[in-house]
Amino acid sequence: MTDKLINLMADIKEEQTLAMVKELIADGTNPMDILEDARSAMEVVGKRFERGEYFIPDLMMAGEILRGISDIVKPLLESDGRGTKKGKVLIGTVAGDIHDIGKDIVTFMVDVSGYEVLDLGIDVPVETFVEKTKEFEPQVVGLSGFLTLAFDSMKKTVEALEQAGLRDSIKIMIGGGQIDDEVRKYVRADAYGKDAVAAVNLCREWIKS
Amino acid sequence: MGKTREELYKEREGRVLDAIALKKPDRVPVVLETSYFPARYTGINFDVAWNDYERWLEITKRTIEDFGPDMVHTSSYTPGNVFEILDMKTLKWPGHGLGPEFSHQYVEGEYMKVDEYDLLIDDPSDFLLRIIVPRSYGAMEPFNRLPPLPSLLIGHYGIAVLAELLATPPISSAIETLQRVGREMAALRPKLRAFIGEIDRLGFPQYATASLHAPFDVISDRFRGMKGSMLDMYRKPDELLAAIDRLLPIQVKSGMIMAKAIGNTRVFVPLHRGSAEFMSDKQFRTFYWPTLKKLILAFVDAGLTPCVFFEGDYTARLEYLLELPQGKVLAQLDTTDIFKAKKVLKDHLCIRGNVPSSLLQVGTVQQVKDYCQKLIDEVGNDGGFIMSPRSSIDEVRPENLMAMVEFTKDYGVYR
Repeated sequence: MTDKLINLMADIKEEQTLAMVKELIADGTNPMDILEDARSAMEVVGKRFERGEYFIPDLMMAGEILRGISDIVKPLLESDGRGTKKGKVLIGTVAGDIHDIGKDIVTFMVDVSGYEVLDLGIDVPVETFVEKTKEFEPQVVGLSGFLTLAFDSMKKTVEALEQAGLRDSIKIMIGGGQIDDEVRKYVRADAYGKDAVAAVNLCREWIKS
Repeated sequence: MGKTREELYKEREGRVLDAIALKKPDRVPVVLETSYFPARYTGINFDVAWNDYERWLEITKRTIEDFGPDMVHTSSYTPGNVFEILDMKTLKWPGHGLGPEFSHQYVEGEYMKVDEYDLLIDDPSDFLLRIIVPRSYGAMEPFNRLPPLPSLLIGHYGIAVLAELLATPPISSAIETLQRVGREMAALRPKLRAFIGEIDRLGFPQYATASLHAPFDVISDRFRGMKGSMLDMYRKPDELLAAIDRLLPIQVKSGMIMAKAIGNTRVFVPLHRGSAEFMSDKQFRTFYWPTLKKLILAFVDAGLTPCVFFEGDYTARLEYLLELPQGKVLAQLDTTDIFKAKKVLKDHLCIRGNVPSSLLQVGTVQQVKDYCQKLIDEVGNDGGFIMSPRSSIDEVRPENLMAMVEFTKDYGVYR
């Protein structure tokens, strides 16, 4: 029965998925089980994205369905239903760059993959990255940037994290339209990811539970 | 015996036109899109392009002369004060919402709500004036109080009612703001017009001045935002398609009007959301390609040369480009596999590209030369190729850019 829910959501059938969730609730299904299925479905969506079967519109729509399910299920939960997190990830678009689309998708995918994400937003000053890294103590810091000006902002951010003595306790990943391995070396990040699923995979690799 | 600037102009333009027509010029042409690079090159902040006409023109000219491309895509002066008066919400520019050292960026948002497709489809002019403009410019917000305009403009009494509405305090003050902007623009007009002529007189032809967009991008960039437009593919596919169809003739007409006004037959068509990073092949051929193709064909039919910037990765979509008329369209590539593109588009479309920004910005002169050599050997070996950076050169190392230009002029000679 639960396979059916997972498949409907993984196939991005919004109305049918939400209708089924309502039926399951009416039948007394444990809301936690429904949320667990929704997470499994998101994993399938991520895999399909990785294989080039799904694209951004599909990811975004799956996110909408997930939000729809949460809206139905969350009020029925005693706790926030999120359980323990696998680790902490700090994300932001670097100074001077106000592009949020790529960053938002990464934040969303890392979040639904079970990590606690702190999203600092766009045009984030170097000092804010340092300050929040101290406070939040993430294992992974993700720097996003769409424009070529982001290369230097990323570099400055990494340098500031080094100078603050924080570099050894974190892994740094970067991503954005013009980012490649040359930029990764220039910035002295640990890795770059070409899309949101790559970011999730880096978190999995770096944060072993 | 030096050539005159006029002769050089003709020679440079001929080189590019030959390449576009798939002929073999005397050597591989180089095109530069200068954007904010003149400021970087001369060591000043980017905000000069928005608030100091004389300086911006001067450093743009100096940069072009120093680097000597065959064709140049300049950023004309943009009067920041005018957009400040209008309280433009959709853009941040250097010194206004961003540090003076950063390039301008669009503020994407849901300027059109999901239930407003009917308004756009029924009457785009009314929709733009009463819905989009008031949400895009703070000073124009009062225009959202107007009723649908056609309801006022048929019959003899409506015009008087319209006048009455325009005289109400919030709207009349918006109109006064427009008039103020208008006077600023009129005063600037001779300078704005002179900018293009000044570059021409240096002997450097200009790439394209009019800029038009794929109908899907208009919806996605300007109206619904990326998320909205992409969810609409699932939730409102019919409305989205109808809106895209409605915008096509508007984009076609705008392109023709602008090209004529400017007197340049090359029109720039930068694509944003059609690449493989954004949508599937099925989504591309449903929502993106049909109207983009019609737009390009309409320009070609009108005697214009569409210069299409395929931003992102189009490697998986190269076959579509074979549907465009041979030798009439320039395909500027970004992260697309340009070597594969050559195999597919050979004898069909001229390719412009694609020295990576990462190389120009953080690589060495030798790495740049090596990449250019590979491009010339494999993509430019038999014509139909124009050397150019992959994307923005705002932050590149001048010596790397110079190496790209000089190396091409030397190694790119067809013997």
